[in-house]
Amino acid sequence: MPDAITKDTWPSALYDLLQANGVSQFCYVPDAGHKVLIDRSLADPDVHSIPLTTEEEGVAMVAGADLGGQRAVLLMQSSGVGNCINMLSLTQGGRFPFLTLVSMRGEYGEGNPWQFAMGQAVEPVLKAMGVIVLRAEHPAEVITAVSAAITMAFQSGQQVAVLLTQRLIGAKKF
Amino acid sequence: MAKLSKLQTATLPDAVLDRRQAVPALIERPGDFLMVAGLAGTAWELSALTHESPSLFGLGGAMGAAPMMGLGLALAQPKRRVLVATGDGELLMNVGALATIALQNPPNLTIICVDNGHYGETGNQDSHTGLGVRLDVIAAGCGFPVVHVINTEADMAEGRRLVREGGGLSFILLRVTDGPATHDGKKNLVPHIERDRFRAALLG
Repeated sequence: MPDAITKDTWPSALYDLLQANGVSQFCYVPDAGHKVLIDRSLADPDVHSIPLTTEEEGVAMVAGADLGGQRAVLLMQSSGVGNCINMLSLTQGGRFPFLTLVSMRGEYGEGNPWQFAMGQAVEPVLKAMGVIVLRAEHPAEVITAVSAAITMAFQSGQQVAVLLTQRLIGAKKF
Repeated sequence: MAKLSKLQTATLPDAVLDRRQAVPALIERPGDFLMVAGLAGTAWELSALTHESPSLFGLGGAMGAAPMMGLGLALAQPKRRVLVATGDGELLMNVGALATIALQNPPNLTIICVDNGHYGETGNQDSHTGLGVRLDVIAAGCGFPVVHVINTEADMAEGRRLVREGGGLSFILLRVTDGPATHDGKKNLVPHIERDRFRAALLG
């Protein structure tokens, strides 16, 4: 039986899950919450690791990857969701499979007042643009939530975000 | 009344080429490529040029998407030549994409900016390039290994060679007058139909 997922092991297990499901383009604006995924994608010769200048680039890139028959994931912080809004017209209108993992700020235990406006707007903004939102609050939920999202995106052609919440990744005090 | 002045650094000559001739002359054999075209003029003219080929994904919105769609496609299909055709307004909206693309450096990708110096669909306002902003210099500064500017007919042969042969990631600035784009292609690009057609033709 595999070891139980803990707060230390979920990021690497999450990378293994994405890779095992054929995700081969990892697009991201760097964020501490995604450090393990970013580092592992950079070290992996079998995938493309794509740093972006702004998150909306990643929405378009995910769609382009799908046109070419590859699976992509967009990794971003909650503030980046706001940068994606109009570009989500593409994934919604084109019915592109879209998977994004959002590391949250501006919620549970947040110590930086600047983070609240966008952090609290993440769910309504995503839903307004047709993106289904799942949440992972505890290490044990990460793999099950992202597994569900992978099926919804790549099998059912939906646009899905999994929020990696501050309960999961830890609140910042700054 | 407020008036925007041309930048003092603006050094390129006035555009002389008509896009209705220049775009087909540059691309020559559209069937050889997978193509993404940015919204408005370039999507219409490539749709007309290719007779609505399923190897073209034309955008009718999501301004700024075309270059990054091209990157995702080029990485996914490394054995195919990928062309992005986009206007100056669309490229400017997401100009950081040039930096992102240059870092990946896909050798099978060419980005053609059909630069008319204007926002043609919204009242023909001057765009930043029309006032002297240099997208070719930005592309070079981002690290594009090949950058080529087409000001006149004399620059076309090298542009055609780059489109045809590639030779690495390339950026072609096709400078055209602000006349209308060819507009006898599809009037309304339906995004999910565009996606399904493109994928069915490429992936079966």
